[in-house]
Amino acid sequence: MNDSGNMKKYDKLVKNAAGRMVPTIINGEKHVPFMGVGKYKPTGRKHAPYIASCSDYPDDGNKQVASLKDALIKAGLKDGMTISTHHHFRNGDLIANQVFDIAKELGVKNLRWYPSASFACQERLIEYLEDGTINRIEGSMNGPLGKFTSEGRMKGLAVLRSHGGRYQAIQDGEVQIDIAVIAAPSADPFGNANGVDGPASCGLLGFALGDSQYADKVIVVTDNVVPFPCIPWQIHGNYVDYVVKVDKVGLPEKIISGTTQITKSPDRLLIAEITAKFCEEAGIIYDGFSYQAGAGGTALSIGNYFGDILKKNDWKASFIRAGSNEYPVKLLEEGYVKYILDGQTFDLEGIRSMRENANHVNTSPFTSYNYHGKGNFASMVDVVILGATEVDVNYNANVVTHSDGYMLHGIGGWQNCLFSKCTILPIPLFRDRIPVIIDEVTTLCGPGEMIDVIVTERGIAINPLRKDLIEKTKHSKLPIKTIEELKAEAENICGVPQKPLLDDEIVAAIKWVDGTVIDVVRKVPV
Amino acid sequence: MHMNKQSTAGNRGPGIKSDCFAELELLTYGGIQIELESKVKPLYGKSIERLASDMLDAFGIKNARLKLEDTGAIELVIAARIEAAIKKIVETDKEYLFPFIDDNKKATTKDRFRFSRLYLPGNSPKLMLNAGIHHPNGIILDLEDSVAPDKKFEARFMVRNALRSINFYGAERMVRINQGQRGLEDLDFIIPHYANLILIPKAESAEDIYKVNDVIDQLKKEHNIEQPIWLMPIIESAKGVIKAYEIATAAKNVSSLAIGLEDYTADLGTRRTNKGDESFFARSMVVNAAKAAGIQAIDSVFSDVGDMEALAQNVQTSKGLGFDGMGCIHPRQIIVIHENFAPDTVEIEKAKKIFLAFKEAETKGLGVVSLGSKMIDPPVVKRAQKTIELAIKMGKLSADWEK
Repeated sequence: MNDSGNMKKYDKLVKNAAGRMVPTIINGEKHVPFMGVGKYKPTGRKHAPYIASCSDYPDDGNKQVASLKDALIKAGLKDGMTISTHHHFRNGDLIANQVFDIAKELGVKNLRWYPSASFACQERLIEYLEDGTINRIEGSMNGPLGKFTSEGRMKGLAVLRSHGGRYQAIQDGEVQIDIAVIAAPSADPFGNANGVDGPASCGLLGFALGDSQYADKVIVVTDNVVPFPCIPWQIHGNYVDYVVKVDKVGLPEKIISGTTQITKSPDRLLIAEITAKFCEEAGIIYDGFSYQAGAGGTALSIGNYFGDILKKNDWKASFIRAGSNEYPVKLLEEGYVKYILDGQTFDLEGIRSMRENANHVNTSPFTSYNYHGKGNFASMVDVVILGATEVDVNYNANVVTHSDGYMLHGIGGWQNCLFSKCTILPIPLFRDRIPVIIDEVTTLCGPGEMIDVIVTERGIAINPLRKDLIEKTKHSKLPIKTIEELKAEAENICGVPQKPLLDDEIVAAIKWVDGTVIDVVRKVPV
Repeated sequence: MHMNKQSTAGNRGPGIKSDCFAELELLTYGGIQIELESKVKPLYGKSIERLASDMLDAFGIKNARLKLEDTGAIELVIAARIEAAIKKIVETDKEYLFPFIDDNKKATTKDRFRFSRLYLPGNSPKLMLNAGIHHPNGIILDLEDSVAPDKKFEARFMVRNALRSINFYGAERMVRINQGQRGLEDLDFIIPHYANLILIPKAESAEDIYKVNDVIDQLKKEHNIEQPIWLMPIIESAKGVIKAYEIATAAKNVSSLAIGLEDYTADLGTRRTNKGDESFFARSMVVNAAKAAGIQAIDSVFSDVGDMEALAQNVQTSKGLGFDGMGCIHPRQIIVIHENFAPDTVEIEKAKKIFLAFKEAETKGLGVVSLGSKMIDPPVVKRAQKTIELAIKMGKLSADWEK
């Protein structure tokens, strides 16, 4: 717990290993500046929650309480606490807003909200950020909350972490969660919970795993109470203090993401096609390879092209790292993929497959992404396809802010995925006149040494560090150019943009996967 | 002189991107006021304002209010909108031109491949910038059917600026002009800017071709343009079909003859079907007229952009009838059209034999090429060479196949 209501948002700036000025004091707590990839090695032991005793919990296993408000009061909700929620329901979440409505009603102030991500459906929490109920958000912000933060209106300093970094921060005790509120599609009275059953099914609950393990108090909220045992028990009731039944935990139609259709844009399809061709020519795709292609329209199309290549050669992928939906599920069911290691499901097909197919495995940021573990499988993936708002001539990439300075996206698993054997960013050379390849990224989220290939509709740039990829594709017909050539081409079409005027004031800190501060976001003058 | 004091040009509203809406009001005092609303203002605000004031200055406007609603348009689009707004209310011969990019000065040959030609609505800049990356054989900047009557004027500036400064990456730069007198006036905005080919809609007689060529010749002379400008008349009426050969042979620069089936079937009073029985005669007529004239026959567009299977079928039928190319209205159609018009294995094998026979005759110093007992005419050799060239280009034949 910390009393951050009146303290400085940040203090003691130093230049980190990436050359960015970052604070070493954030919201009154000490933070380590970025030291380089793999350089920071913390010593000491992990954070531990208090020891509990069965004698304090009912023998009949019934932990149900009457309402979320009761549960929060029993959990000891008070000023300055850290409250965590999760984005399994994406834009259909109904619980995070209720938590803070209750906090407001109880007159609680200065809360730190620690969501795994926030969405537009939580826009109205701006009211509580303004009146001091919530001091700050530490978590990915999408859309309106990001805009609010960018304009310097949040009381505390925002801290953005990757999915893996969020788990790491919990595990390392950097963020100590007082109360975790886990909205679950299905749960039993003991607190075992899963995401595959119930009217608001969303697939899995991996983002809440760390919270359940390390938070002082854990509340499970569901609209579908089943008799013990709730199987599969993705969240173990042994970590749970209270179970609350509500009428509706999430809006199914908004849980299913709208962005999981193969793109129809001819330009994006072209980029997807070039990306798949590159992977084929560079020998990245082989019998037994593994890949991650996210849920965006372009990434999905690339996954489809990968599927075509597997079929053409009669190869099997050893696993797909997903964000799953109907397309990878189809490959799994047709036998072209052995396993889907899934971090979140995006449509009903994904949920069905996870429920029915033992080879469709639910994962958590612990298994897939946590950098302070004894390895994780992100580094075993052969190729990942990621997006970016900007890339600079040194291959550094930005995924949180736009070129005008506004922070409109979270990091998600993006930073964690950079550890794959080959990271490809398929991006348009410009978006509505705004060049994507520039001299220096507005916000550094991923160091250039981790990013291997940029694919645009007008050419491919390979990071000079990847001599092997350059060698393998040099006799191909692929449109390979230098990143400087691509930048010049964009400027030739769009004109050279002026530098947007940003305030000196810092509004958010960007964490690297090891908990160090890699960059900051500066205030956009309004 | 009575002229309006207010004008607008460009597109705005939901779904509009990469465009700019300009609203100009001439004033009698107060100097220049520029109001800019732009989604890229933090990055390009200053340069847009600079462009706007430079343009007003260039047209001698001293007192005016210019409001721009920009949705991420590039400079040449913004300039086309401002110039159109100015010329709606100011009489002037001046033009505000952007530098000509070198790629757009290249001439094309009469018999180049014209498998695919991508239609781009002349007043929709959003679709123009990336048209070339899909590598159609040609792009058509359309001033005719895809431009609403009240947008015809401003579209000319858009098309002119695109012809000069948008890189279409090697696609032949074509323009479809309007019918009749308006089409002849369109040429002012096109010919001085090195368009490669003009599509003449609803051609019904040789006279229609002469009229266009008269204006082209005059403009070429005025602007010292020497490179050829090809014509592709579109047959889209019963009368046009009957006069197809007359039209195909009306001038030496008629490089191809196209058919437009929507208007044609309407003219017949029938409906267009996928099977196409109703247009079989017209298509055959156009193919025969074109072949008799020694030019290319080009088929109508296939309008179901979602159905690539049906498109592939359509292309094969088209190729079977003797067509050399087809229009397209969506970039994803291009690859299907190319794949299906491309020479197949039988054609490639035949071309290889002819080509080898030709080379052998050449090394032996023989004046006549023969294959087995058959004599081969020079045009056949030339065609074989082109087939091979194309097969290599499309990855259907290795570049060192002779080894």
